[in-house]
Amino acid sequence: MSLVTEPNLDDPDGLYDALLRAHQGLSEAESAALDARLVLVLMNHAGEDAAREALALALAAGGEDAG
Amino acid sequence: MPYDYRRMPYETPAPLKRGEAEERIGVAIVGAGPIGLALAVDLAMRGVASVVLDDNDVVSVGSRAICWAKRSLEILDRLGVGERIAEKGVTWKVGRTYHGDEEVWSFDLLPEEGHKMPAFVNLQQYYVEEYLVERCRDFPDLIDLRVLNTVTGVSRDGSATVSTPDGTYRLKADWLVACDGARSPIREGLGLEFVGELFEERFLIADITMKADFPAERRFWFEPPFHEGQSALLHKQPDDLWRIDLQLGWDADPEEEKRPEKVIPRIERIVGDRPFELDWVSVYTFQCRRLARFVHDRVIFCGDSAHVVSPFGARGGNGGLQDVDALGWKLALIAKGEAPESLLESYEAERIEAADENIRNSSRATRFMTPHPGAERWFRDAVLALAKKAPFARSMVNSGRLSRPCSYSASPLSGPDDPTLPAASRPGAPAPDAPFGDDWLLNALPDGFTVLVFGGEAHLPGATTLVAPREDALRARYLGEAERAFYLIRPDQHVAARWTHWDKAAAAGALAKAKGGAP
Repeated sequence: MSLVTEPNLDDPDGLYDALLRAHQGLSEAESAALDARLVLVLMNHAGEDAAREALALALAAGGEDAG
Repeated sequence: MPYDYRRMPYETPAPLKRGEAEERIGVAIVGAGPIGLALAVDLAMRGVASVVLDDNDVVSVGSRAICWAKRSLEILDRLGVGERIAEKGVTWKVGRTYHGDEEVWSFDLLPEEGHKMPAFVNLQQYYVEEYLVERCRDFPDLIDLRVLNTVTGVSRDGSATVSTPDGTYRLKADWLVACDGARSPIREGLGLEFVGELFEERFLIADITMKADFPAERRFWFEPPFHEGQSALLHKQPDDLWRIDLQLGWDADPEEEKRPEKVIPRIERIVGDRPFELDWVSVYTFQCRRLARFVHDRVIFCGDSAHVVSPFGARGGNGGLQDVDALGWKLALIAKGEAPESLLESYEAERIEAADENIRNSSRATRFMTPHPGAERWFRDAVLALAKKAPFARSMVNSGRLSRPCSYSASPLSGPDDPTLPAASRPGAPAPDAPFGDDWLLNALPDGFTVLVFGGEAHLPGATTLVAPREDALRARYLGEAERAFYLIRPDQHVAARWTHWDKAAAAGALAKAKGGAP
């Protein structure tokens, strides 16, 4: 596993709040666009292996097949 | 200056002159496009005769395939027309991709020196066909090019009916090669279906004659100011001809969009007030599909008849020429009784791997260019937005990953590898070109099997020994850190096997394997 799934943030509530604030006032389409940009940035930062593991984890958490 | 479409002379075909009920043919090639013509030349250079049948008597109407990739140029050079094509065509290697009017990404396709052929040459398909037709005439005893010979009623046993202005005749070929294009009547006649994806998108393709000093680069726009919300592509061709592709959307009416009243204003928005003339207009849809198998008893599919891709990436015509490259020598050995018919299984294995690679690349590019509403669109737009801010996103901008030759990773013909040697020349890969004395390596390679020797001595019955000169680029591409290397190279210039120590028995085994085992 190269994906960090243990707590890794100093201020999880604060960062979560920042995420919500970023979406405040956006339409659904604008929110989706923001998330898409964010996902791409984080995917590149995480690197190939961690990004693929993150994708599988996100699918599994939603009850979808990792395919 | 518009191209002068000269008619090729029709002659009464030999079987009708002789009054034969059924003509026996070794190799029949159906379709005198670049693929069929190249195959006829390849076979003739190996001493094998063929009859080429085409329902038409002119070369391709409209520029159609225009981007000839380095490997295609090398293949065409092996066939004797590469230099002519490179000389007439527009050489380019830089591609620029824009979002709106801002450049978001550019690439240089051949950053390395020491190759005879450039990364890409743009040349209208009709010139390539014209040069190949002329090359065919160098082999009057081996190539029988029959225009206005329409093939119908093909069977898997290689028999067919041919209709001509003088009536019909029957033929029975040992091998019938279908080079009859994306809409292949032979494929349809045999009831074979393509599997894969059809994209619901339409593009307008237009050739215009115009004096302009735009650079010889491939330019691609996402959402350009002159064609809102869609994509556009501009390519330079010789004779002051420019290729423009414009995305139209699935709802566009193809007949309506082809009307000059409709096309001209669209082009005026791109080229401004420069005067231009429309040369050719067409509307196309995308498919990324292939046949499940390329060989059906005595009928072999080659080029677009076997697989089709979207044009972004130049993987159609180039993929087809690589089919010819892989098929020509195998079919020649089989026709001469020097290899078993099962050698054709390797044509299928190698070219299906290549077709899948081309289809994968082409599908990805098409999805990026023409995203479905929803997630596909969000991520595409996210990549374009980020590309202006962050370098990582630029590598995700996909306006077509341009044709590169397939390295046959799982070829049944490949023999031993020594992985300490450079990866670029591993078994299955096309041999990389390099300066070779006063010549180029790919020109120095003989038509048959070759043992290319770096240091030491090697002789192998059934192969020609070629001793490599001490040249830096050559050594970098074939030796790396090693002191010695021995390469077994196939007649299509792909590497079959390689060693750092010469072992004649191992090499003989690799040669036998590369020829498909005992005949």
